[in-house]
Amino acid sequence: MLKQCEGSHAVAEAVALCRPEVICAYPISPQTHIVEGLGEMVKSGDLKDCEFINCESEFAAMSISIGSSAAGARTYTATASQGLLFMVEAVYNASGLGLPIVMTVANRAIGAPINIWNDHTDSMSQRDCGWIQLFAETNQEALDLHIQGFKLAEELSLPVMVCMDGFILTHAYERVDVPSQEQVDAFLPPYEPRQVLDPAEPVSIGAMVGPEAFTEVRYLAHAKQMMALERIPQISAEFKSIFGRESGGLVRPYRLEDADTVVVALGSVLGTIKDTVDEMRAEGIAIGVLGINSFRPFPLDAVRAALKNARRVIVLEKSLAVGIGGIVATNVRMALDGVPARIVTVVAGLGGRAITRASLHRVFRQGLHDQLEPVHFLDLDWNIVNRHLERERETRRSGPIAESILRDIGTVASKIG
Amino acid sequence: MDKPFAITLDPGSSLANKTGSWRTFKPVYLDRLPPCNNQCPAGEDIQGWLFHAESGNYEAAWRHLTRDNPFPAIMGRVCYHTCEGACNRGRVDEPVGINSVERFLGDEALKKGWKFAPPAAESGKHVLVVGAGPSGMSAAYQLRRLGHRVTVYEAGPMTGGMMRFGIPKYRLPREVLDAEMQRILDLGVTLKLDTKVDNLLAAMQAGGFDAAFLAVGAHIAKRAFIPAGDSARVLDAVAVLRSMENEDKPMLGRRVVVYGGGNTAIDVARTAKRLGAEPLIVYRRTRDKMPAHDFEVEEALQEGVMVKWLSTIKQAGGADGTSITIEKMELDANGHPQPTGELETLEADTLVLALGQDVDLGLLNGVPGLEIRDGTVQVDRNMMTGYAGIFAGGDMVPAERNVTVAIGHGKKAARNIDAWLRGGSYAPAPKHELAAFEKLNPWYYSDAPKTVRPMLDIIRRQSTFDEVQGGLDESNALFEARRCLSCGNCFECDNCYGVCPDNAVIKLGPGKRFQFNYDYCKGCGVCVSECPCGAIKMVAEDI
Amino acid sequence: MSHQEIKFYQTGTFTVGNRLLEPDQRSVQASMERTNSLNSGHRACQGCGEALGARYAIDAAMRATGNQLIAANATGCLEVFSTPYPETSWQVPWIHSLFGNTAAVATGIAAAMKIKRQKGDRRDVRVIAQGGDGGTTDIGFGCLSGMWERNDDVLYICYDNEAYMNTGVQRSSATPPAARTATTMPVGPEPGNVFGQGKNVPRIAMAHGIPYVATATVADLRDLEYKVTKAMSVRGARYIHIFVPCPLGWGAASHDTVKLARLAKESGLFPVFEAEYGEVTGVSKIRRPVPVEEYLKPQRRYAHLFGKQPHVETIAKIQAIADANIRRYGLLEAGAH
Repeated sequence: MLKQCEGSHAVAEAVALCRPEVICAYPISPQTHIVEGLGEMVKSGDLKDCEFINCESEFAAMSISIGSSAAGARTYTATASQGLLFMVEAVYNASGLGLPIVMTVANRAIGAPINIWNDHTDSMSQRDCGWIQLFAETNQEALDLHIQGFKLAEELSLPVMVCMDGFILTHAYERVDVPSQEQVDAFLPPYEPRQVLDPAEPVSIGAMVGPEAFTEVRYLAHAKQMMALERIPQISAEFKSIFGRESGGLVRPYRLEDADTVVVALGSVLGTIKDTVDEMRAEGIAIGVLGINSFRPFPLDAVRAALKNARRVIVLEKSLAVGIGGIVATNVRMALDGVPARIVTVVAGLGGRAITRASLHRVFRQGLHDQLEPVHFLDLDWNIVNRHLERERETRRSGPIAESILRDIGTVASKIG
Repeated sequence: MDKPFAITLDPGSSLANKTGSWRTFKPVYLDRLPPCNNQCPAGEDIQGWLFHAESGNYEAAWRHLTRDNPFPAIMGRVCYHTCEGACNRGRVDEPVGINSVERFLGDEALKKGWKFAPPAAESGKHVLVVGAGPSGMSAAYQLRRLGHRVTVYEAGPMTGGMMRFGIPKYRLPREVLDAEMQRILDLGVTLKLDTKVDNLLAAMQAGGFDAAFLAVGAHIAKRAFIPAGDSARVLDAVAVLRSMENEDKPMLGRRVVVYGGGNTAIDVARTAKRLGAEPLIVYRRTRDKMPAHDFEVEEALQEGVMVKWLSTIKQAGGADGTSITIEKMELDANGHPQPTGELETLEADTLVLALGQDVDLGLLNGVPGLEIRDGTVQVDRNMMTGYAGIFAGGDMVPAERNVTVAIGHGKKAARNIDAWLRGGSYAPAPKHELAAFEKLNPWYYSDAPKTVRPMLDIIRRQSTFDEVQGGLDESNALFEARRCLSCGNCFECDNCYGVCPDNAVIKLGPGKRFQFNYDYCKGCGVCVSECPCGAIKMVAEDI
Repeated sequence: MSHQEIKFYQTGTFTVGNRLLEPDQRSVQASMERTNSLNSGHRACQGCGEALGARYAIDAAMRATGNQLIAANATGCLEVFSTPYPETSWQVPWIHSLFGNTAAVATGIAAAMKIKRQKGDRRDVRVIAQGGDGGTTDIGFGCLSGMWERNDDVLYICYDNEAYMNTGVQRSSATPPAARTATTMPVGPEPGNVFGQGKNVPRIAMAHGIPYVATATVADLRDLEYKVTKAMSVRGARYIHIFVPCPLGWGAASHDTVKLARLAKESGLFPVFEAEYGEVTGVSKIRRPVPVEEYLKPQRRYAHLFGKQPHVETIAKIQAIADANIRRYGLLEAGAH
């Protein structure tokens, strides 16, 4: 059924259609609307046989999820940003125990300075935590990926993180096709846990494993993610056969035919990039786009196949690995080992800064002319940066950076101090 | 379940880890000797029979008790129960009322008519027992149960010996005495009353006896030289008490002076009181030096018996035969009484001397190889005299003279006679180490003060021969039995089974106690510390 | 106390078993069929109070629930010694997730069980969370408070041995004053742990208004079993704080584990009580009053108080803590002092 609704609402509906049994969450912007929606559905009785738990922290939220999942309940939670970081220990634990929890991460920057707006730093910080990470480009895809996510998670007994851009998707009203319960039931069988806490068959879950077997345990975690590389496209195809639309998969190539320059990105920014690329294509520029849907497992082969003919790869990413540059770019470079393409990183949209078509045009053209440094910061205000660096050179106690910058650009906060 | 490798484990898997290898010391179960058992002159397994009484199985308790002593109803009245003085419970609150439970069991047996089991097989041997007192009848009982034919020759007209002629009715009702004697005779013991043995060897030969046990009581009163007028009425205590068994009660008069400080003196004085007299005990020393048991002195005083402490009798029978002269004494630095020369005259219709008794050893005349010393016949550690096959016990041999000791002699002699008749020697089981209080963990015993036995009211105590001390009823006998700490002997409290952090104690089931599972026992010793009764100890592991 | 209705003399209410009792009055630990929820072969130290307390508690809970029980366990000694790959000692379905999240994991399990029942599973599976004092009073406290506050249907059991034993005896917020730990060494002007710190978690639990809070020790099995059984008869959040001596961490003889627990209670240093909805409803009276020295002396963690020059003032301060407990909870029978 087609609906005009907020992205968060679409996700809440999708999760509800998956017949979750335990949902818990701790509020953090911009995840709130999703769990508010689910909470209301449980309380009203629209979502039956589901326990909604308001808990005291994200750490507790993930921990409760661990408990309920291990006890055989289909479990969902959602978080963002600082919340994801606060639950990190439990995030690793959930994947280590192989518990098929599905979690939405409404992507948001990480402080300090505290910032509630979108970038991918939060999810990226968890790229090695053992969870599958799927990135949604649109609200429709966010909706779809949750349905696929439960199937994938439960088949492999691995947790799945569905990453959607905070505010840009979560708070955007778009038209989405909400599937029927019958469709979802046909696609997603009831949860049959691989291991479960059951008095009828008591097992001990979470043993201490020493050097004699730890490497094997870790290898098996890796091998399971590798299996996901096979299952993700299959599940996407199964999804299409029931729901009639293309969604998910490992990567999404766009206008790659004879493209010698390819822009690689994740999430909602792909829409703006595609628009820009369309305009550049109209000018006759051989440029294309590769969207990465599955960031973990990272589809090395699919990325390599898609990019093998490119001469230039511009990886546009909403995160920064401080001290080296791009995170996604590093992964792409690994996929292109031996391919003689020039690969640059464009760090963009940090802390919610708008990524405009104009800026993309500019930066892609620079790229086409090989004018981009290996790590480029989109729309960086060099005046501010240089002024501060100068100030630090001059004054040892130059004060907090963020406040200094705000003072420099004369915004409201400068009135504080 | 499709379990993930290593992280998820199956139950029971830790049993593969035999933690017993950590151990340097290991716990072992043992039985220690309870102090009551150690103390009992009759060798009763007190803790053992209390164990059965605790569960309310009085018949089992009685049967266990009577393995060592066939007279619980008597003992429950007249035994001086030194076991209670040794009882570890005395260090917690008050000793267990062992004696009162014993009496309850004895009375219960009489009430229910429990009988001794006859011997399984006859040995074909015939043993003569001389004297139907406690020692002789104890031996007769034990010998009979061992399968021997037993004939008892008793010089007097009734069984019981000194229990009948030395202990007043108000302490030992005669129906109790008779019943416990009869029960032994019912076992097939032959009794010949009024049969005094003058020549032992002749009697043995005549009767075709294979062995003999001599248990003649100390019936002959000791005399002291006291100047007495012709008209003085001077009696001896044994005679007074013996005459109480006859139809004609002794004529004592109103004012009766009893001379002596032993239990017999008290018995005579209390008897006199009950006959309507005004008894006065004259004793050379002070109360704390008195050989009589303090509780008996106390009871006598309660009943109105008067005592002149630190006094000796200088002269009996004054001019009219109704007074005596006493001399005041004082204790010297060593605690010995010394005369002061201070005299006093007291009215006295009768003077009763209670100065101790001797045994008539006349029957031993002509028996070679015997050693007689201080009026007793010497025996070896098997209770055998210098003449092979002749054993002796009770008052006849050098030992403390009381009923309990006598019963113990009878038992011990019987076991040795049995061994001797079978051509072997009796080897008593080695004594276990003592279950001293320090070996116990008294925390686990609930607070439960001793049950006080009912006492007859004072008026009836002064005027009748009704039994002074009552017995326990079933409920308080059970209570009293359950006060037993079971020192040194597992009573299956499950503490070791419970407190082991490694589940290394195997419970074998009711009556079967426990066993250590040394596969897993790490040797922490918590079971030893928390065993209430000290029935576990740690021993070094052989490494 | 209400649960000591059985009056036997020799065998008392204080021993584990009693051959004279009716079967239904016997303790769980006395049973030949007890579940040994924590099986032999675990790697706890000799005389481990925690291993003992855990078996007591979980066996009792298994009895109370007809074995329909799941346990979540915090990181710590209990976890490490019971489940090193490839061996587990647990006979119940059991999960270890993290150090600080056990109450929350249990909440999740309880939620799952509730939904299963709603969906027609006939079994009523109950949940226990358990951890040491560190996992309870410190790192797991946030999740614990959250579980209490929501009144989730979980019994949380803290096995309190008063320090971080698994990591090598460091101070926790349950470490008592003056005690030596690896991070409160007996040096300087105030040797050992300082006075005036620490957390009374049972009281904090009571402040949450949850249905049931109790303290217990491994020295009084019947009381412990009674409390676990009672806790399992109640729905909602419940908390039992069990005092479990640690021979290694306290520097005590391995055979003194139960004795030290007994002395802690008898001295008044560890009040044993129960509370319902925030109100104290019962206390275990002191039976044989002892001065705190009797409890402190056998433990090397207090050895610095008993050197050539005993720290009389410090001991008096510890006695004052015991006395305050005795007054606060009315631990002495009237006239017993």
